[in-house]
Amino acid sequence: MPDVRFAPADLLVPTPYRVVERVRELDDVTTLRLEPRGGERTRVNPGQFNMLYAFGIGEAAISVSAAWETGRGLSHTIRDVGMVSHALSHMEEGAEVGLRGPFGSGWPLDRAEGRDIVIVAGGLGLAPLRPAIEAVLARRERYGRVTVLIGFRSPKDILFPRQIRDWRERPDVELHATVDHSAADWRGHVGVVPTLIQRTAFDPENCLAFVCGPEIMMRFSAQALLGAGVSPARIHLSMERNMKCAIGHCGRCQFGPHFVCKDGPVFPLELIAPILSVREI
Amino acid sequence: MMEEAKHGPPALIGPDDLELLIQALTHSGRQVVGPVLRDEAIVYDHIDSIADLPAGWTDRQAPGHYTLEPRADAAVFGYAVGPHSWKRFLHPPVQTVWSASRDAGDGLGFDLAPDPARPYAFVGVRACELRAIEIQDKVLRDGATPDRAYVARRDRVFIVAVNCSQPAETCFCVSMDAGPRAKTGFDLALTELLDDDLHQFLVEIGSEAGAQMLAGIPHRQADETALSQANAVLERTSAGMGRRMETDGIKELLQNNPDHPRWDDVANRCLSCGNCTMVCPTCFCTTAEDTGDLANRTAERVQKWDSCFSLDFSYIRGGSVRSSTRSRYRQWLTHKLANWIDQFGTSGCVGCGRCMTWCPVGIDLTEEARAIRAETGVPK
Repeated sequence: MPDVRFAPADLLVPTPYRVVERVRELDDVTTLRLEPRGGERTRVNPGQFNMLYAFGIGEAAISVSAAWETGRGLSHTIRDVGMVSHALSHMEEGAEVGLRGPFGSGWPLDRAEGRDIVIVAGGLGLAPLRPAIEAVLARRERYGRVTVLIGFRSPKDILFPRQIRDWRERPDVELHATVDHSAADWRGHVGVVPTLIQRTAFDPENCLAFVCGPEIMMRFSAQALLGAGVSPARIHLSMERNMKCAIGHCGRCQFGPHFVCKDGPVFPLELIAPILSVREI
Repeated sequence: MMEEAKHGPPALIGPDDLELLIQALTHSGRQVVGPVLRDEAIVYDHIDSIADLPAGWTDRQAPGHYTLEPRADAAVFGYAVGPHSWKRFLHPPVQTVWSASRDAGDGLGFDLAPDPARPYAFVGVRACELRAIEIQDKVLRDGATPDRAYVARRDRVFIVAVNCSQPAETCFCVSMDAGPRAKTGFDLALTELLDDDLHQFLVEIGSEAGAQMLAGIPHRQADETALSQANAVLERTSAGMGRRMETDGIKELLQNNPDHPRWDDVANRCLSCGNCTMVCPTCFCTTAEDTGDLANRTAERVQKWDSCFSLDFSYIRGGSVRSSTRSRYRQWLTHKLANWIDQFGTSGCVGCGRCMTWCPVGIDLTEEARAIRAETGVPK
């Protein structure tokens, strides 16, 4: 009989992580800062995700919203929309969750060096982009112009407001925020985030764009970027699909011929353009 | 003609010797699985003896139809494939992945489920099924992150293949280049030869393990007559395919036609029941169910077969990505015949015909693919 080869167990089996801090960001959005119980910190690239397990309830794919390097620990920002995310959102500090990961491709920060960067975020889509923005700002000199465009449904949905203010105050960042629906105390832009793209200065021939948000927002943002002269190879989108295993076996995260878990979640538009506009693919 | 006999020349055995082979496989510590009659179908289950095989039975298949009929002879492999495939043993319908516990201080502990202890021996694996195993290998074993439990079962299995003598009306392995001859991926391969009173099996050896197993049972070297008889069986089977699939350019055909009207047409017939995915020997998709006890101290994760026809399969935040039957059928067929090629370098279809036989409304995927081709104007 041939030798039996074994897949690494840690891809399937969660590692216990302690909730060291829980921050209520919005009514239905919570950030959990996690530390491995005695284990080693694994390197996470901005844009990657982990599978978080709530004991006895289940597991969900959650993107990393702050990496170790930022000093805020390994953070995951979770919207309370289902059984698992509800349980995770209500985890007490000191409790443990299971964690598998990190999985997937990250934002191509290395490729972006020496170029302008255009970050386009919609709502909770800012969460997986935050570590990318922070990584870029930590090595600001390596990049050209840095533009951050953020859209929320309404002023009360603004995620990470303190950081947005910090970024806005930097002279070396061009930041525009917009809301779909205004409120009495809002004096900023009103409108969907893709409309901000045309009023922003960047070099379409020497830039990289990172886009994350609801699929419809990403489609329109991609269109606006193409309209501004950015080629499909320079536009990167982070896709979301149902997933159970995160290692390409359960089949659920298929997006056309791609597996979001292992080929993505970050894809260059040139790879997914033919299927991005196909309904229910 | 037979392939160059690397592990030894083809041999001949009789039914009594096949019985000894089954005994020898059992004595080697393996759980022997083969075709048996159950629930008015030929399915795969544990066998102890050649007496467990469905001697003298055959099947009649058509889209949406499967019936057993007695044969005029005592052939033990005289039928096509039934509703089971070997994936139910290598990639079982339900398996525990890990169990977990929560201690008094709320600390979590996880234990990987033990690897399967007893290796399998499969008896009666058809060429299309060998190809199906090879395809699942690419998905679950040969990638960057192999499936631990699958690898543990797969790498220890002993395979006795059978060359098909009786194609069904739903068979098209020839189109998919997956049969009917077992060419690779087996330890031993049988061709059942029935000639008046003489009942024998030509045995080809596909591995060193196969050669050793054969050495332990009575056999004689195959003569030219037996070899040409076996070839005739396979030629007859090849000629008897009930279906045909045009595979030329099929990847582009399906990937470029997500809005073809045929998807609406098939959606009007498809019940979205998922039978096709359960009987398909290559469909590998699963879900994971997490459960906990009432005291919230122990929990486990169980992996179960799932189907792209379920709404839950594509559910994210408040809705399913594929909420229409049209999109789910399109996903299944496009994945099977087209996207699979991008993902794993091979079609996901082996031409076994199970999906049409066990489809309650008899949807024939060869017909669906043909209709898309015809109405698209892509040359035949």
